[in-house]
Formats: sequence, C-alpha cells, structure tokens
Amino acid sequence: MAAGIPEPAPPHRPVRRTARSIRHHVGDGLGWGLSIFAFLLLAGAFLSIIGDVFLRALPVLHAKLFTEITNGIGGGLKNAMEGTAVLSLGSLLLAAPVGIAAGVYLSEHGAGRWGSALRFLSDVLVGVPSIVLGYVGYITLVIYLGWQFSVAAGVITLAIMLLPYITRSTELALRSIPDAVREAGYALGAGEGHIVFQILLPGAASAILTGIFYAIALSMGETAPLLYTAGWSNYMWNGHMTQEPIGYLTYVVWTFINEPFKESHMLAFAAAFLITFGVLMLILLGRWMLARAQGKLGAYN
Amino acid sequence: MKFPIFRISLVATASLLPLSLVGVIVFLVLYSWPAIQYNALHFLWVNDWDLGNLYGNPITQHGQQIMPGARYGIWFLVVGTLASSAMALALALPLGIGSAIFLSEGLPRTWGTPLSLFVDLLASIPSVVYGLWGYAVLVPLLGQHVYPAMARALSFVPFLGGRPGSGYGLLTTSIVLAIMVVPLISATLREAMNTTDTALKEAGRSLGLSRFQVIRHIVLPNLRTVLTGVSILALGRALGETMAVLMVSGNALNYLPNNIYTPISTMASFIASQLDSALQDPTGMAVEALSEIALVLLLIAVVVNIVARLLLWMERIR
Repeated sequence: MAAGIPEPAPPHRPVRRTARSIRHHVGDGLGWGLSIFAFLLLAGAFLSIIGDVFLRALPVLHAKLFTEITNGIGGGLKNAMEGTAVLSLGSLLLAAPVGIAAGVYLSEHGAGRWGSALRFLSDVLVGVPSIVLGYVGYITLVIYLGWQFSVAAGVITLAIMLLPYITRSTELALRSIPDAVREAGYALGAGEGHIVFQILLPGAASAILTGIFYAIALSMGETAPLLYTAGWSNYMWNGHMTQEPIGYLTYVVWTFINEPFKESHMLAFAAAFLITFGVLMLILLGRWMLARAQGKLGAYN
Repeated sequence: MKFPIFRISLVATASLLPLSLVGVIVFLVLYSWPAIQYNALHFLWVNDWDLGNLYGNPITQHGQQIMPGARYGIWFLVVGTLASSAMALALALPLGIGSAIFLSEGLPRTWGTPLSLFVDLLASIPSVVYGLWGYAVLVPLLGQHVYPAMARALSFVPFLGGRPGSGYGLLTTSIVLAIMVVPLISATLREAMNTTDTALKEAGRSLGLSRFQVIRHIVLPNLRTVLTGVSILALGRALGETMAVLMVSGNALNYLPNNIYTPISTMASFIASQLDSALQDPTGMAVEALSEIALVLLLIAVVVNIVARLLLWMERIR
C-alpha cells in the first residue's frame, strides 16, 4: 500500500496536480461511471420488462378476461386465474405449517448439530432446480400414484419448493425476538407451546406474513414444476383433487405466445401482466407491512 | 416429567422438510435406475439424443430394452448448460458488483434504499415473464440489429464472429440469465459491504485514498470469499433455470455451438421440452433417460449449492 500514499500537501499552498493524482482522478471517475452504468442498465432492464408487459397488455385488459374461459387460441383467463389461485393457496396450506414448524425449530432449538443439518438441507432444497421437482412430481404423483395431471400433484410439488423460503423467513423473524421475552413467559409458568403460539408467533406475525406473501408470489410465478404435474385445462376446476388437470396463468404465457395468432399473443401478454403485477404487489405489500410494523412502538427489531 | 407433546409434534412436522429433499433424490434415483444401468455416466460426453425407430420392435442391449437405433447422449446439453451459465455469470458479476458499489457506497442511504428496489425486484419477476420479454423485445432487437453488427465488427475474434443467427441462442440466453441472477449477487454484496468494518474504510481514507480506492483496494478484497460464494450460488440458479431458457435459447437438438450466437439447449429446458416426445417410447427408456438427466442436474445443483453455502457460512452470511 505504501506506493499508494501521496505526499501530504504543505498547508497554504495550492495542491500540485501530479501525473499520479490526475490518473487517480480519472480512475475514480471511470470506476464510479461504470458502477452507475451497471445500475442504470439493470434499472433499464427492469423498466423495460415491466413497461413492455404493461404496454402490450393494456389494449387487451377487458372485462372479458375475467368472465370467459380460454378456448384453443383466445377467449378469457377466468379458468387460469382460478387455477393460479387454487394452486398457490393450496401449496401454501401445505407448506406453511411445515415451514413455520421448521422455522420455529431452527430459531428455538437450532443451535446444535440437528439445527445445522436442517438449515443446511433447507438451503440445499432452495437450490434444487424447479424443473427437477416437477419431474419428480410427475414420476411419483402423476405416474406412480396414478393421480394423472391434477391439483393435488401440482400443489404438493409447489409446496416442496416453497418450504425452505417459509422456513427461513420464520426463523429470521423469531430470532429477532429477544430472549428476555421468552424468559418472561417461562417465569410466568407458560409451557413451550404457549410461548410459541401466544408470544413468539404473534410477536413476529408481520415478518412471518411477509415471508408468506413472498412464498405466494413465488408460487404464482412458477411454471416449470407445474408443467407435468398440474397439466392444463380449458375449463373451470371441478373440485376434484386428483384425475383432473387445472389451468394456470403462467402456462398461458408460455404456450399462447407460440401460437401463430394475434389473439393468442395478446392473451399471453395479458396473463403475463396479471402475474407480474400480482407478484410485485404482494412483494411490495409485504415490505410495506414489515416496515410499518417495525416502526411501531414496542416492535421487536 | 410431562410428555412433551409440543416438542414432538414440532419436530415431526419440521422433519417433513428434510424428508422431502431425501424423497426427491431417492425417487429420482429409483426411477432412473434402468437408465443409469444402461447409460452409466458415459452418456454425458457422447453426443446425439435419438429416440430410435419408435415403430420398430424393442431390442435388448446391456440387459435393458430400448428401441432400435436409440441413443441417449447429451454432450450438447452439458456444453449448452455450462456455456450459458458461465457466460451469464461473466455478464452478471460486473453488473452486480457495479450496482452494489453504486447503491451502497455511492448514494446516501435515503436514496440508496429506494433505488435498490429496481435491482431487488428483478428477482421477483417470474421466469416465464423473462422468457416473454426475451422473446418479444430482446430477440428481435439483438437478432436483427446488434448481433449482425457485432459479428461483422468482431469477425476476427474466435466465437464472436461467424453467423449472427436469428437472435435465439447462447448469448441471448446468457443475457437473460445474467439479469435473472444479478439481484442475488447485488443484494448479498450490498449487505456484506454495509457490514464491513467502518474503521477499515476510515483507515484507508486517512491514508489519503479516495472513496473509490477504498472500495477497490480495501472493501472488495475483504469480500473475496463472499463474492466467490455468491457467484457459485448464482451459477447454481442459472444452471437450473428452465422457462426463460426454453423461450430464448432456440432449443437446439444434438447441435454443438460453434459461436456465441448459436441456438443451444440446457439440461433443464430439455427435460421440460422433451417429456412429451419421450413418452412415445414404448420401452420407457427415453423417459428414464430424461429422469437421469434430471438426476445429474440435481446432483450438480446440490454440489454447487453446498460449496457456495460453505463459503458463505465461513463469512457468516446467509
């Protein structure tokens, strides 16, 4: 580093611009310029994605989308919207109890070897490609159990994907509650179940809910795990858990864009618009809720 | 002692998480067992995926029934997957580092936090929407204007010259993948930069270094392990990405890229696109071979993630 130290300038004399200091100024300018450029490029990509989807979807956002079902090349998106809602909420119903339980375990008893192992496996599960989960769902649920393309197969596959995210957000939420709160509970004679259900989970509710919102957003946007588990249907869901395929919005985006008809393309963009804005709203809502809750008096931070 | 009902039900419910991971691996191995016996690992580095004559009579080879002429080599997928992910990482790293520097060090906190939303929200856009954007915006733009000009100007550079293609291909895939994994890199780096010891930065400043020199010579070298860890993590994401790749890669079959504009396929996108045709194989070996690809992809992803997590754990970042 010695070479990088400039001579201290004597006081009351204008600093002489040496060749080195000019080079440093140019280097600094270049460095900042490149990092600003990197940011602008990413912000531009974000705006381009959002803007493109929005502008192309705008002309087709009729009430028809919400009242009609899809046919081969066009129609509305009523069935797909219903399917996305069923699959997201269904997978959440399965994943939330398990994920929250794992999160509670990690934050309350996670210091030891078992905790590290669980944390590690959860991190590994995040990294499993979603298409692999979809394929396993296909060979086990669809083929081996004979459920065919169905709600149950799609929901279980999605739920496995969501587990590690819910676990992690729950663990982080609970860990931010100080130990003194737990000790106060034990001192009053509460059992562990009481403390978790009546003190810890309500206290961390907003942070956990933010994680749940994130999980819903994630499940809404997924396609790969559903392709070979949920299948596709042009009709409304008839309430059967197995043997009946179900439609969902992301499928519309990826298949209808390959059709040669303008109407199909417009439907694909409309579906993309609905998912993108649904997802972004959920995530922003979660962040806002968390920020608001943390600003409140007596919040655990 | 009271029977700890709560603790036991907690552990039982929580254990479904590791069980599901173990289940995924076990079922995949069981199902692809015939393909593993038939192909071993050899299929990774031979080329040509060919379902054979589907109207012929199945023949028996290496103790497994296959269709006559069937071959299950996936070297082109290995090349496509590794090349697209590596190029994506090469594009994403400078973008991630640059944006992290700008957002955490170049702006006051009141500006940096809202502006970082632009980068962070990129992570929440569904992959199929990335695919749609690539299809509708990127492919026409790059294929008709950028790539022809690039190929002409760089015709003397190997892999950058040659036929510019239609816009669907390796480079477009890498660009889309890069934008998809950049938020992970940027957010992790930003968090790590914010936790860098302020005394270190101040020491650098007091030695007369400019703010950018402090970042370049003190902050970034300090974060080398974090950077490696998060790069590997991002690589893992890119390796497993399916939908966006499916929509912009050109889905080449048995074709090895000869420049960066060539259409490719990746393992993940191949699994998604080929199941329908693999189901036509009456012996079932094609579906099992796809399952073996899924297993290979899973193992790569698991190994990559383990390495990355170990590196990040050493630096206490989750």
